[in-house]
Amino acid sequence: MLIAATIAILVVMIMSILRAVLGPTFYDRILAVNMIGTKTVLLISLLGFVMGRPEFLDIAIVYALINFISVIGVLHYSDSSVFKRSNEHKK
Amino acid sequence: MDITSALFLLIGSFLCLSGGVGILRFPDFYTRMHAAGVTDTLATAMILIGLMLQSPDALVVIKLIIILLMTLFISPTASHALASAAIHNNLKPVLENKKDNE
Amino acid sequence: MKDLFAVIMLAGIYSLLSASFFVAMDAVDVAFTEASVGAGISTLLMLVAITMTGRSEDPVRHKPILALVVVVITGSLLIYGTLDMPYFGSVDAPVHQHVAPQYINDSMQKVGMPNIVTSVLASYRGFDTFGEVVVIFTAGIGVLALLSVARRPGDIAEIDSLNKTMHEEFLILRIVAKMLIPFILLFALYVQFHGDFGPGGGFQAGVIFAAAIILYTMLFGMSTARRVINQSVIQLFAAIGVLVYGSVGVISLLEGKHFLDYSALSADPVAGQHIGILLIELGVGITVASVMIIIFFNFAGRENSQQSQENNES
Repeated sequence: MLIAATIAILVVMIMSILRAVLGPTFYDRILAVNMIGTKTVLLISLLGFVMGRPEFLDIAIVYALINFISVIGVLHYSDSSVFKRSNEHKK
Repeated sequence: MDITSALFLLIGSFLCLSGGVGILRFPDFYTRMHAAGVTDTLATAMILIGLMLQSPDALVVIKLIIILLMTLFISPTASHALASAAIHNNLKPVLENKKDNE
Repeated sequence: MKDLFAVIMLAGIYSLLSASFFVAMDAVDVAFTEASVGAGISTLLMLVAITMTGRSEDPVRHKPILALVVVVITGSLLIYGTLDMPYFGSVDAPVHQHVAPQYINDSMQKVGMPNIVTSVLASYRGFDTFGEVVVIFTAGIGVLALLSVARRPGDIAEIDSLNKTMHEEFLILRIVAKMLIPFILLFALYVQFHGDFGPGGGFQAGVIFAAAIILYTMLFGMSTARRVINQSVIQLFAAIGVLVYGSVGVISLLEGKHFLDYSALSADPVAGQHIGILLIELGVGITVASVMIIIFFNFAGRENSQQSQENNES
């Protein structure tokens, strides 16, 4: 059962990577990266149980926090007026 | 114990897969975010509860509860941040009325 | 690929995938460090860096054919060289015969802690770790020397008013962050001191601490963050970390033994190892956290002063 869940999560991660490559707008890609991040947390927890080493849960906690901070960082800095100015220069 | 844990894991995997299919097939950014955000949080909760029922050690259960609480805080907040950033930058949702009028 | 933003996100996904790869190979500490440093701090620092340099790469003025040929030749020579080496992970490779069994067998008796990675890093190879800490400290000094911006009093009032208008926009994020940040700081302390028994140690703990402070800075504005984290105090802390590390070595010298020989710290050599490793990891954690915060504040503060300069001009 654990192995089936692991395979399901891997399939979902591949689907998210497809969306990250395809997605027409910038926000689609950030959404896909966020989803890959949360699925990685689950993947690491499941792998920890499959391989019998519960120390992996520390990595899962760290990865959940880092994912959150990275998404907030990307959104904050994409909103920054520096990018809007450089986009206007291109137009 | 094993059967309930396997049941939770099964429900969690099914929700996860449906979220993945949704993120590929929905027509618009906001609908995709709906699929991703809702199924993300719920699938994580189900799978973590399934893992909790399976582990013998108390420390492992406490760590799993911590991950669960953090995900319940973090995942909806990230969806909110993403949606409000998209609205702020004038990404308009596709409304059904336009297609009906054409 | 011209858009640097997309490059940064791809680099983040790559380091995440390599962290999962390390987990699959059963290397817990490496995966921990890769997840926290590669996917977290590197992405954030690169994002702040491209706010200063601009979002797209400059057009290349010549075709890099010669460089490509050189790289391909060197790469194929290296691959040809590795064909001769023993198979990955085989038992009778020389690297597994002499040094590694000695570490694995003797570490528990001589050092007395379950995590062999920490014991190798801090006790058997303490000099190398000292070098790493000094390198990080030097990087911090370099950033300070090149980018340090003196604050003008006029900026502060302007940024404060901007802060108040941003409050409405960021309301939910601020409340959730206020609840999460104490937990993240506490978790950083847990990782620091639990490094003896589980994955963790000084480097990872410092990076997580800095990530929490960066989250606070992003959501609450630079001026508030500067009031909370005083610039000169952080510079002092960066130096204190390296000093703590060095003084452990000097104390061993004063007791009549080698530099960084921990058995000089207490009557029982194993207890001496414990005390020595504890102090060393503390020094590493303090320095890493302070240097990351210094680098981020200098990059982001420069963006603010650039913006306010342009606002004053226009």
